[in-house]
Amino acid sequence: MTQALDVRDVHASRGPHQVLRGVTIDVAPGEICALMGTSGAGKTTMLRAIAALGPFDSGSIVVDGFALTPGHVPPESKLRVLRRSVGMVFQSQSLFEHLTVIDNVTLALVHALGWTRERADAEAVELLTTLGVAHRAAAYPRQLSGGEAQRVTIARALAPDPTLLLLDEPTSALDPARRTSLGEVLRALAAEGHALLISTHDVDFAEAFADRVAVLAKGVVVEEGSPRDILSDSTHADVRALLRSPSAEPRE
Amino acid sequence: MLFSALAIFACAPASTSHAPLRWGGDAEGGAPFVEADPADPAKVRGFDVEIAQMIGHDLHRDAVFVQVAWSSIEASVERGDFSIGMSGVEDRPELRARHAVSIPYFEFREVLAVRFADSARYRTLADLSGKRVATLGGTGAYQTLLDLQPHAGPVPISYDDDVHPYSDLVSGRVDAVLLDNIIADRSLRRSGGFYIQPVPVATGHYVAVLAAADTALRDSVNVILRAHMRDGSLEKTFRAWKVWDTTQVQYFARALADSAGPHAVGAAASVRSVRSYLPALLRAALITLLLSCLAMMLAVALGIAVAAGRVYGSPLVRAPLAVYVEIIRGTPVLLQLFVLYYGLSGFIRLPAFVAAVLGLGLNYAAYESEIYRAALQAIPRSQLEAGRTLGLSEAQILRLVRGPQALRLALAPMTNDFVALLKDSSLVSVITVVELTKQTAIYATNVGSWVVPGLLCSIIYLAMSLPLSRLARRLERKWSSI
Repeated sequence: MTQALDVRDVHASRGPHQVLRGVTIDVAPGEICALMGTSGAGKTTMLRAIAALGPFDSGSIVVDGFALTPGHVPPESKLRVLRRSVGMVFQSQSLFEHLTVIDNVTLALVHALGWTRERADAEAVELLTTLGVAHRAAAYPRQLSGGEAQRVTIARALAPDPTLLLLDEPTSALDPARRTSLGEVLRALAAEGHALLISTHDVDFAEAFADRVAVLAKGVVVEEGSPRDILSDSTHADVRALLRSPSAEPRE
Repeated sequence: MLFSALAIFACAPASTSHAPLRWGGDAEGGAPFVEADPADPAKVRGFDVEIAQMIGHDLHRDAVFVQVAWSSIEASVERGDFSIGMSGVEDRPELRARHAVSIPYFEFREVLAVRFADSARYRTLADLSGKRVATLGGTGAYQTLLDLQPHAGPVPISYDDDVHPYSDLVSGRVDAVLLDNIIADRSLRRSGGFYIQPVPVATGHYVAVLAAADTALRDSVNVILRAHMRDGSLEKTFRAWKVWDTTQVQYFARALADSAGPHAVGAAASVRSVRSYLPALLRAALITLLLSCLAMMLAVALGIAVAAGRVYGSPLVRAPLAVYVEIIRGTPVLLQLFVLYYGLSGFIRLPAFVAAVLGLGLNYAAYESEIYRAALQAIPRSQLEAGRTLGLSEAQILRLVRGPQALRLALAPMTNDFVALLKDSSLVSVITVVELTKQTAIYATNVGSWVVPGLLCSIIYLAMSLPLSRLARRLERKWSSI
């Protein structure tokens, strides 16, 4: 089966600091992979490299057949194919403040893909309905609760129908009930064939909803396997302890 | 200025036991009235200077010169800055209504200067219907033109100095100049290139102006002036400055025969009421508003382009834009207007209004660009990255995401700038555009008081700027609530 995401031996540095030291990871269509690790482990750097927002020094990243090259991030004009296949949900609130919920979702459809306003609106309403926030379509981002904003951000990222969806710490602003409901939404997306790579330090969330877990520490994947194997097995108590350490992160 | 006047006061030789006689004039007006002495620029010379010295001599007081802007002579004499104002001050009814005024000591003619090619067709003001005729603001000549304008007369163009009307005549910016024969003759000698029509449009008189309460000194001045008319010393002075002509012979004879002195010049003897000036002020306010709106539109468009260039451009683009912003912000807007209108007139002759819009627009664009640059840089990176991951091009991100959000941040400082521009637009009167403040100054000169004109002018400015501030506040509130 071809992978939605194939990352091989990626190294990346930020200034003199080696953040990634040979990360290898893949995600198949229909799969949810949780990328776990403490603050500073390199999760966000990895996600930004895959989304072509940050550079990497060596190794290879192939997204849905599109290969990113090491070195500087290429100009947007050379990233058209990648942009269509990767959606990203940022950790910080990144909805466009000056646009309503529905305009946030339709912006890329109308301006990047050239859809008509009617078609884009219909698609957006369908997505917002699926995510349970259709009643907020006319609201502005500032008027939304944390959970609603999270769902709208996901709807916006999903609108161009990307093969791979990257989510950076999606549960950090949610209470337990909303985490469960978000997990169910993500499972439904995977069932539709989307590949999901989620950076998180939330052990319970990963255990409940991920198909596979990769633990990142000091720039390399130290453990990889099913959530049960990695997170429940007593032999991996140290991993659990690591992930549950009180320093568990605000942001990398 | 006050200090130097005091210094002169303190150092004046004690040739008499009386206090010095302080008299005010404008050395910028130049010869033959009052000019800085080329041999000793600390001193002044001219026929007005000599007359002041005659008066001082006969009063046994030292005449001490006080420099004052020509348009402020009347206000300054009333304030008590000096006792006598004398610098080609024109006699007119409003002056007599507000101040103590001496008998005229010189009769001048308002003459029409035209280009040689037009000497046959523009003989009188009647030939100049709809044409641009330049003069000094606040003079009788300007009033003559204003009075004619509603009756298909010429279009009056007001200047703050008496050199540029003639250079603009020669260069074709205006079609004629109406000014005192003394000024016209002087310009003809200096630069030439035009023709003075021999038939005068009107006659006027130069007088000494004193504070309204100072009638005792005024009467002494009148006695002294008559004495010097009689004994020929005044004639000698005027001959020395080459302004003596047959007109003076006749005038002196008349003045000495009729010791009451001549009366009002022209027919416009009544003091103009608020009602008669309000339409002119409102028209000028419209000019101010139009000028400010056009200049602001230019400033916004150019400011956005400069800001975008400085945020997105290569170093090759950024460097010249930074130089532009620093030069504009580092030099006075007044200087920029002068350079644009007069300095560049050898290469491109901009109409005054266009030069005013350009000058203010180019100036404010530099300030606007800094506002937009700061606003663009204040938009969080995550907003731009979200746009990128959605597949928007950089241009689309600027147009759809970054620009609109930056505009909200820029709104409040932009409103401030527009209100400031509304008031800065008063500077363009130096390049002959008559806007609200200039019109108010003309009004104030004519009625001899700043109280009512100043009040009206302030009300009109506030009426223009207050709704604007309110609108901006409402928009800000709306945007911050969502």
